[in-house]
Amino acid sequence: MTPIDASRRRFLAVSLAAGGALLLRVRVRDAHAAPTPGVPPELLGDDLTELGPFLRIERDNRIVIGARTCETGTGVRTAQAMLIAEDLDVDWEQVTVVALPYGYRDDGGNRYGSQTIGRGAGLDATWTELRRAGATARWLLVQAAAREWSLDPASLRTESGQVFAPDGRRLTYGALARAASTVDPPAQPPPLKMDSGLRIIGTPTRTADGVALVTGASRFGIDEYAANALTAVIARCPHPGGTLVRFDDGEARKVSGLVDVTRIEGPDIAPGVAVVADHTWAALQARERLAIEWKPGPWADASSAALASAAQAALDGEAPGETVRRDGDPAALRRKAARTIEARYELPFLAHATMEPPAALVDIRNDRARLVAPVEDPDAASQRIAALTGLPRARIEIRMPRGGGSFGRRMQVDYIAEAVRVAQAVGKPIRLMWTRGDDLAHDTFRPFGVHALRATLDRRGRITGWSHRCAATPHQRDGADMTPSWTGCLDADSFPAGLLADVEQVFHPLEAPLPRTDPRWATQAFATFAIESFIDEIAVATRQDALALRLALLGEPRRLDLGGRGYDTGRLAEVLRRCAARIGWGVRRSDGHGIGIACHQGGGGYIAHGFEASVEGERLVLHRAVVVADVGRMVNPLGTQMLLEDGTLDGIATTLHQAITVRDGRVLQHDLRDYGLMRRAQAPREVEVEIVDSGAAPARASTIAPVSAAPALANAVYAATTVRVRKLPLMPELMRML
Amino acid sequence: MPDAPKPAEAAAEAVKPAAARPPEPIPIEINGKPYFHEGDPAMPLLWFLRDRLRLTGTKYACDDAGCGACTVLVDGTAARACALTMQEARGTSVTTIEGVAGDALHAVQQAWIEEDATHCGYCQPGQIMAALDLLRRKPRPGEHDIAAIGNLCRCGNYPRMRRAILRAAAQLRSGK
Repeated sequence: MTPIDASRRRFLAVSLAAGGALLLRVRVRDAHAAPTPGVPPELLGDDLTELGPFLRIERDNRIVIGARTCETGTGVRTAQAMLIAEDLDVDWEQVTVVALPYGYRDDGGNRYGSQTIGRGAGLDATWTELRRAGATARWLLVQAAAREWSLDPASLRTESGQVFAPDGRRLTYGALARAASTVDPPAQPPPLKMDSGLRIIGTPTRTADGVALVTGASRFGIDEYAANALTAVIARCPHPGGTLVRFDDGEARKVSGLVDVTRIEGPDIAPGVAVVADHTWAALQARERLAIEWKPGPWADASSAALASAAQAALDGEAPGETVRRDGDPAALRRKAARTIEARYELPFLAHATMEPPAALVDIRNDRARLVAPVEDPDAASQRIAALTGLPRARIEIRMPRGGGSFGRRMQVDYIAEAVRVAQAVGKPIRLMWTRGDDLAHDTFRPFGVHALRATLDRRGRITGWSHRCAATPHQRDGADMTPSWTGCLDADSFPAGLLADVEQVFHPLEAPLPRTDPRWATQAFATFAIESFIDEIAVATRQDALALRLALLGEPRRLDLGGRGYDTGRLAEVLRRCAARIGWGVRRSDGHGIGIACHQGGGGYIAHGFEASVEGERLVLHRAVVVADVGRMVNPLGTQMLLEDGTLDGIATTLHQAITVRDGRVLQHDLRDYGLMRRAQAPREVEVEIVDSGAAPARASTIAPVSAAPALANAVYAATTVRVRKLPLMPELMRML
Repeated sequence: MPDAPKPAEAAAEAVKPAAARPPEPIPIEINGKPYFHEGDPAMPLLWFLRDRLRLTGTKYACDDAGCGACTVLVDGTAARACALTMQEARGTSVTTIEGVAGDALHAVQQAWIEEDATHCGYCQPGQIMAALDLLRRKPRPGEHDIAAIGNLCRCGNYPRMRRAILRAAAQLRSGK
């Protein structure tokens, strides 16, 4: 690669499209410096050629903004477009948001920057990148107007998609688009708006896709049909690690509409028999008529019960485990402690159970490939397709329609690999669909594990040392080697690291019958459920107020640098304090209602949950639910509020009812009710949301929103019943104990 | 593309031996337009809507009619399109989410937008169909009635949907 003089590198590409529209694409943090690539139309398909760049200004002053990451419900596309629209200085009503395709380039870069959720330079840098795109377009339009009027650009101002001269003359951006496309781009990125001038960022804004969503026009991954695509479903080996011995497709082939039956194999996908048909019903009917002999693998006898025993044995045993954190010498402290408190907490496997099950449309040709699926990690999808087909990545087109939920599921590309395998075997474009049963049995599950917590106390009941040992199934993202193994099960920076001199965290990896797990929010909740339940238990055992105990441990507001991300004790204390005040903490109750609180920090965000609960017969009644969060600056407060509200309900549902259980080496859950998806009647009517406006760096609300709900619920249940539930899901365990 | 309506031709088929005779075309009206289904009479309406007519607003999300993502109105009443065979749907008039809006959005759709009751959006077409059914039966729905809607939402969007239903109910009662 030739070294390029940085000062000569253009940071944006401007061009004129049909109809006189201005197209603008800001080149983002680009390590490579290839000449501006046009979007090869033959790779994009007819409906995509016009969506290439970030931004398109139409002659009639409509603004089309491309959002570069997959939308699965978090509102990311709306937020990205808001950031661009802000510094472009247009009205939100002028804006149409469209989904950008994957922008992989021949030189290994990406024309749109990072398109993978949660990867890249972080939210702060993303904000700047996107706002700069808008600011640059605005700059070009102002230059064009200045040229038109022979005025100094510095004398012009913009508003609502128009440029104004001091004498009141005005031109719309649309009218200036053609001229702006001939303006030389600025040598340096123009400045962004001052905070006081922000009109879109920070304004509650409804989702950009509202009308399409309520009219059924929104197309999700499963809604993608191509004219000649066949529908495929796969009968997968139900035994983890098992193999396909033989199958008979005689009956299946009698189904009208059936096209083909083919065996598919890994790597990194379950062995199976794919049934390919003209339409879904034929595929489903034919799959039912397959006669397949499977051979169970090494996990034929695996069960959740055996796994729980193995976890307890690992925690009781002599093996030292992997050290995640060791500050001071908690073991030495234990020997001279006035008192020791211990408790163990068990958490089940969880499925993502996205409302839209995995689905993908793939078209594999000799010289190119096309994928249409809501992948949140298009880099991984592209790599996987390249590995399976031998095609260069630049010849693999990926389009990302809306996804019906993710919760981390759509970071995985196992089902993409399956679709590619089937398409290769059949030689035709394939739309692969997972049924709900497929999804629950073959998801990439979130960890199972047992946490053993131990605190040492001095004579006055103050915590002096803390030991957190965890035996769990380590996560393993398919194909990718992510180390260390405890990532996603423990967080070395979690409470009370940095607050006590003697803290240890130890991990005992368990061999897992369900080998693929994924470290999203549930795994943060995983450790936080144990930690925040345990704090409550210590408070009870030492007759202290659980809020005061936490606040005393957090101490003075300060930044804790712990080797990992660290956090701000003041911000955590603030959300906890506000949550406690709002839920009515400390008010003595005589109505059998219990109040529980808990808090969590992660990824630069801070959250606390509070619940008022009572147990009536076999029901847990949630009288109130409060969530308080500090996620720094927000693009769209309405979106953040939704994530906190819904995330809280998700946290409640997961905590109370959800578990994937294994018996005889197979997953027992088959449908959404088995799995314990929350029904309306079980949900609190409202979630009270309070957002702390700290003005700090932005953090993701979606990943932390459900986390502290789990321990806050268990703490509320204890307050109401004096029954301490240490095993999730909470309801079956509570009913067993009551 | 939707098939053009075809006249029933049962009489012409009558001379063929029963075994070889293809299933009699099943007439059905979808969003005001007549169609015939000529395949397996046991095929659920869901796949006719999605695969044949490409009316993909009616969603698939479960195998046991438990989630409600495929809710449509059959002769005005909410039904699970995954649990209704084409044979059972013979001669009915079906409204899908695509057929709800006229020139303007329906008050329920508008309320959904105003309350930003979307999140991932996948279950929302079915939720809206269920809400239409409820408001037709009970223009003044109580909390119990709303809580009794069995459609599942994985994201936890129930509070916003509740507000949207109450808003739409008020809107409809006031005569728009």
